Amino acid sequence: MEVTVNAENEEVWGGGNKPLNASYGKLMMWFFIVSDALTFTGFLVSYGFSRFKNINSWPIADEVFTHFPFLHGIDAPMYYVALMTFVLIFSSVTMVLAVDAGHHMQKSKVTFYMLLTIIGGAIFVGSQAWEWKNFIKGEYGALETRGGQILQFVDTTTGKRAAIQEFAIGVETDRATHQPSNGIWYQSETALPTVALAEVKKGFIEDENLVVRTQLLDENGQKTVLSRSESLAKVNEAVAVVEGANLVHNEYGNRLFADFFFFITGFHGFHVLSGVVINIIIFFNVILGTYEKRGHYEMVEKVGLYWHFVDLVWVFVFTFFYLV
Amino acid sequence: MALCRFSLGICFHLFLSRINHKTFKMAAEGHKLAIFRGLLKFKSNQQKIWGVLIFLSIVTTIEVALGIIKPESLMVSFLRMKILNWIFIILTIVKAYYIAWDFMHIRDERSGLKNSIVLPLLILIPYLAFILLIEADYIFEVMDSGFVSWNF
Repeated sequence: MEVTVNAENEEVWGGGNKPLNASYGKLMMWFFIVSDALTFTGFLVSYGFSRFKNINSWPIADEVFTHFPFLHGIDAPMYYVALMTFVLIFSSVTMVLAVDAGHHMQKSKVTFYMLLTIIGGAIFVGSQAWEWKNFIKGEYGALETRGGQILQFVDTTTGKRAAIQEFAIGVETDRATHQPSNGIWYQSETALPTVALAEVKKGFIEDENLVVRTQLLDENGQKTVLSRSESLAKVNEAVAVVEGANLVHNEYGNRLFADFFFFITGFHGFHVLSGVVINIIIFFNVILGTYEKRGHYEMVEKVGLYWHFVDLVWVFVFTFFYLV
Repeated sequence: MALCRFSLGICFHLFLSRINHKTFKMAAEGHKLAIFRGLLKFKSNQQKIWGVLIFLSIVTTIEVALGIIKPESLMVSFLRMKILNWIFIILTIVKAYYIAWDFMHIRDERSGLKNSIVLPLLILIPYLAFILLIEADYIFEVMDSGFVSWNF
């Protein structure tokens, strides 16, 4: 039971010797952050891999993310994500102010800044949910060929995109959503698109002004628009209607784009969500005076490190998904 | 015996937490208050935080403005990527530097800790990006030169 202490090594092993001048908890948080940074690196680099592999047919982010709350139908690329970035940077600032107030043992200030941080995080997660909703819902719709290529439509009179729901012409069909109760019981399908393939094809053939826009990018970085005769041939090859995006189909273009979007922003959003939850726990601990009794607010500093890291990752996600 | 171990544990714990407390207090006071290599000095840590916020906001605004305007002069390819995209990536790294250095207090840490956090990332991330992007570019060339049809 006796602890033997070697007099010569007392300086090194006797405790109190801190080569990095950081506590155990802080070091472990840094361990986690470094490994998590490498995880995000893996995701973002594999996104880059897929993008460079399909460099001449990748969707243009400015055309995908064009929504802004209360501005319906107005083309507002990037403004919303820019706003989200500012919200997250600002909540990072309130977090670092909370840490600073903790250093001076000012309990009420720590409480106030923690609350602002939580609100900022909640706004960010909500914004991301809204962004996902728009992305999943889609805007113009598209056709998909057997090879998985996406055919979008352009109105040559205006030069703008045409929505399939608008030019499709009703065709009598008895195709209904398959239910396990009235068909093969072990098979089911999600809701059918609002318009059927035959309706889109008919609408396209009847409107002489419509042409097809393919996924391929021309030398100016714009999507290739086919001539009317080429378009008719392409539309005949189409096998399915795509509205919005999910993990299998994507009306915006390459389906990998949607997969990576869901995966990377989802993983980041989950980090923000867990950050908010941890912040709330710390917030209540601050109110209860746990850290006041403990004599220091290092816990706020540790959760702050995590929160800043989430902000740091968003800076990169923002660049590689929306800007580049 | 068990009681003895328990009380020893308590003593040890108290001892450790006292040291923790002491070093934490010390670290709290030793903020470095200059940014831009000493060009801009702040009077207090709080002022520095607001200063860094203003800087980060300016950089983000520049990024968004460039992303919306997309100046023709910056759409020229340089090292297989548009100059505009290089600017975006460099500005992102600048932002990441200030978030890590000032918000995460890396600036105030000992060099040993600083290096053991930054160096692995600085070595591994460019390495991974380099090999994967080169490989992807090669696959693109293979597919582009006719081995895979655009549609079938």
